[in-house]
Amino acid sequence: MANELPLWEVFIRGQHGTAHRHVGSLHATDAEMAMNNARDVYTRRNEGLSIWVVPSSEIVASIPSKKGPLFDPSKDKIYRHPSFYNIPVEVKKI
Amino acid sequence: MYAQEVKSTGSKPKSLSSMSAKEKAFQEKIDRGQRIEPKDWMPEGYRRTLLRQMGQHAHSEIVGQLPEGNWISRAPTLERKTILLAKVQDEAGHGLYLYSAAETLGKSRDEMTKELLSGRAKYSSIFNYPTLNWADMGAVGWLVDGAAIMNQVPLQRTSYGPYARAMVRICKEESFHQRQGFDIMMKMSFGSKKQKAMAQDSLNRFWYPSLMMFGPSDSESVHSAQSMAWKIKINFNDELRQKFVDQTAPQAEYLGLTIPDEKLKWNEKTEQYDYSEPNWEEFFEVISGNGPCNTERLAARNKAWDDGEWFRDGLLANSTKNQNSQIAAE
Ligand SMILES: [Fe+2]
Ligand SMILES: [Fe+2]
Repeated sequence: MANELPLWEVFIRGQHGTAHRHVGSLHATDAEMAMNNARDVYTRRNEGLSIWVVPSSEIVASIPSKKGPLFDPSKDKIYRHPSFYNIPVEVKKI
Repeated sequence: MYAQEVKSTGSKPKSLSSMSAKEKAFQEKIDRGQRIEPKDWMPEGYRRTLLRQMGQHAHSEIVGQLPEGNWISRAPTLERKTILLAKVQDEAGHGLYLYSAAETLGKSRDEMTKELLSGRAKYSSIFNYPTLNWADMGAVGWLVDGAAIMNQVPLQRTSYGPYARAMVRICKEESFHQRQGFDIMMKMSFGSKKQKAMAQDSLNRFWYPSLMMFGPSDSESVHSAQSMAWKIKINFNDELRQKFVDQTAPQAEYLGLTIPDEKLKWNEKTEQYDYSEPNWEEFFEVISGNGPCNTERLAARNKAWDDGEWFRDGLLANSTKNQNSQIAAE
């Protein structure tokens, strides 16, 4: 049983113009098989308009334990949000 | 349910004050209703219990194809055949969603397959009962998928992200399963005398095994207490079983069928049905390998795996060859 087929991640863009979204994973030997399996496993009810398959080994993920320092730079920049600014009520629609 | 006997750590859940800082932060995250994701820190017991439960759940979906697959080639009409085929294909998909959720915890698919094939991992007792005639396709969809839905709907809120998301997909697909089963039951119950007798016979055989799907009473179980603290399990077994009986009894009445339980009756005071417990001795026999079809089911899964070996090997050899010739061309 040592010959496990490689793992692929599946991303699908749905009907409503949204971006591709991760839906799960599957095993396949190559891209063509991954694509066919993705169709059969994840779009049996017309869920998708487009499929991406990516070998899981190719994905680089951020490290959860380092999420502090990673996201820290954006924490104190509250002026990036519209609510930072006080707009007088007389000034409508801005 | 699909995971009827999930052993957890075997001890009572720890109190917040006796937890390490890490454990406490983890528990509080769950208490706040936040999801645990694959790379997050988690107690070893949580990981192990979750893997056991998702494994049992996935194996149940896969083995669950066998009793219905048995009737695909003998469905009474082409329409029924395509419907049953689609339903069984969904179950294969459910197994795959769950295996891939389990894989996020670092357990390989082959390892899980090996546990099923060797008989080490459990799957739901219900799939060790035979499907003897076409009416059983009705009863299985109506009762077995009906019971599965009862359990799976709350699991959409389970604490482990990949598991919860798999359950959302599964639940979306399950209600078709139950409805096509009920549709078969209606056809049979409102058909000829002989058809109705078949439907009744099928209900007689599947009623108690369906009640067993929820597992024995677990309000005193330390395993369930720990799983519930971790939100791997949401309801007690008796709670869901009662809900199932309350939902199903009026449906049987609509069909003009009799649930094989003399004690079954509406209780004005409790506002729920009184009913008889299934035979739990039988349940423990079935779950430990001695049900009517355990040997047959495992043999079928082993045969499928062994017969497919040359094909899997061929696929891998072919892709390795292609990669090598690509490298050579570069
Ligand atoms: Fe299912
Ligand atoms: Fe189902």
